[in-house]
Amino acid sequence: MKSQINEINRNIYDIKNKDEYDFKIKKGLTPEIINEISNQKSDPDWMREFRLKALEVYNRLELPTWGPDLSELDMSEIATYVRPKTKLNNSWEDVPEDIKNTFDRLGIPEAEKASLAGVGAQYDSEVVYHSMKEDLIKQGVIYTDMETALRDYPDLVKEHFMKCVPVHDHKFVALHGAVWSGGSFVYVPKNVKVDIPLQSYFRLNSPESGQFEHTLIIVDEGASLHFIEGCSAPKYNKVNLHAGCVELYVKDNAYLRYSTIENWSKNMLNLNTKKAIVGKNAGMDWVSGSFGSKISMLYPMSILNGDGAKTEYTGISFAGAGQNLDNGFKVVHNAKNTSSVVNAKSISKNGGICTYRSLVRVNENAKNSKCTVSCESLMLDDISRSDTIPTNEIRTDEIEFSHEAKIGKISDKTIFYLMSRGLSEEDAKAMIVRGFAYPISKELPVEYAVEMNNLINLELEGSIG
Amino acid sequence: MVHGKTTTANAILNNPMYSKINGSILFEEEDITSLKTDEIARKGIFMSFQLPEEIPGVSVTNFLKYAKNKITGKPVKIFEFKDEIKNYMEELNINSTYMERSLNVGFSGGEKKKNEILQMLVLNPKLAILDETDSGLDVDAIKTVSKGIEMFKNDENAVLIITHNTKILHSLKVDYVHVLVDGKIVKTGGQELAREIEENGYSQYK
Repeated sequence: MKSQINEINRNIYDIKNKDEYDFKIKKGLTPEIINEISNQKSDPDWMREFRLKALEVYNRLELPTWGPDLSELDMSEIATYVRPKTKLNNSWEDVPEDIKNTFDRLGIPEAEKASLAGVGAQYDSEVVYHSMKEDLIKQGVIYTDMETALRDYPDLVKEHFMKCVPVHDHKFVALHGAVWSGGSFVYVPKNVKVDIPLQSYFRLNSPESGQFEHTLIIVDEGASLHFIEGCSAPKYNKVNLHAGCVELYVKDNAYLRYSTIENWSKNMLNLNTKKAIVGKNAGMDWVSGSFGSKISMLYPMSILNGDGAKTEYTGISFAGAGQNLDNGFKVVHNAKNTSSVVNAKSISKNGGICTYRSLVRVNENAKNSKCTVSCESLMLDDISRSDTIPTNEIRTDEIEFSHEAKIGKISDKTIFYLMSRGLSEEDAKAMIVRGFAYPISKELPVEYAVEMNNLINLELEGSIG
Repeated sequence: MVHGKTTTANAILNNPMYSKINGSILFEEEDITSLKTDEIARKGIFMSFQLPEEIPGVSVTNFLKYAKNKITGKPVKIFEFKDEIKNYMEELNINSTYMERSLNVGFSGGEKKKNEILQMLVLNPKLAILDETDSGLDVDAIKTVSKGIEMFKNDENAVLIITHNTKILHSLKVDYVHVLVDGKIVKTGGQELAREIEENGYSQYK
């Protein structure tokens, strides 16, 4: 199991496999290319049309005028579809060796044995492995790749696909609609409680390419699920793009916990979109660790549509040299007695930039609702940056709302105190940072919490200047 | 006991906020003047702080385990170690729930001082410098701190107690009392010197 590895080597993320593939589409973004993706994927007609319309929307929409500068992104230099040289397998033994070795190094098959009820693994544009425990299949739980879902459950997919996140939301959602490939589909039937997490892992190996996986989860009335998503890529010199889309439907009295550890390489533009629609007395919890990427713009959103719906966001970002992580959370209170709790932390060092950007909207009908936001940032030196940019739109008086933000530095006194107890300066800083991150890391699945601590130690190695 | 006590302690631990202009510091015949603070700690010197720092998210137990490992260079056996901490906490009247609390966060002044004594007992240094550990404490807390010092001291180690009032010496036997004025020891005696100061004050040394 991953949690038994004491020392982590960043190299495991950076090991590149040869850029071997079954099919790689030519770079760029034209109707011909979209048609070719549709051919390659044997899309039904409605999906082909959907893709082409999304491309039109993409061409119409402008880049965001706020946030990090995305001008270096040149879609004519990105291949949007790379099919690995294997089909979907349900046994690791059938996965080609170099691809299997990649997931072995990331600890996925071991974690599957030790602590997961099901696993999906995507390599470049397609899912190469999917499996779930027998008893969940018997209870009617569906956990498969999106392509299989589109074929086997066309009505369920058509009813929900890009309805929660419509293609007009922003430019990169439209892009996603045009070129999406892979991802996971989960359906948990009414009143079924999935006690052990499901996990999908997304690995992008191919240089100058993009990953556009689509995750669609429906947790039916009274059901519950914990879903974990992990992602990483080796580092290349030119930018890679990730524009995934996550749509979550949490029906009345249901519960979903969605945990993410994102460790993309530092040439990645992570422009991901995640949204949940939460029903009556239902609960939606987001746990998010953001470590990688050159630029990240990621603002998971909960729409509290049912009376008594609840949501919590617990997130941490860690930006080092050359990283601009613009992350945050959006919530819409759209019914009575709804509640939201935000606990966001960020760490920046060596010139890294962390921004917490958020939206809280409380509609007139959301009487007797409650929203508590707390943001805390830690800067490890004078050249790093940290910003908090909250937007609050409150349209009713009958609400409890609080927002608290703190920005801090590690004091020399604290370092001296810890050094007087035998810790080196590096150890002392790492301990302070781990402690700062602890309220978040304790919410992560245990092997990810261990990994996060290892990443913190790694990031702080040699950072004393 | 007028000026330079805390400065002396910080100079010994080589606090980078203090600069040493001349002289050298020898410990067990070794020159430690310019070693780093953590290296000095690993040589076996401990200092209790007047205002211990708060470390959110790091439990007392985890902190002590980590520090013990760094000081000894050996792995810590966690179950035995936890028992050891628990025993010391009992002796020091610290509620055992504090084992899992973030180090010094939300602790009262007295609790922080007792935690410093706990750290001294667990880390077991050769020389413990207690910088005004008694200041601001009520009578009961001073007794507890004294008890901790009594438990700690033996023929193999040394304790240097920095204080500006002599109350702690009522419940603690010391070998020597030194009076420090402007960075210089102006008078050395036994326990009786403390009594004498209690009656006549420091003014004669200024």
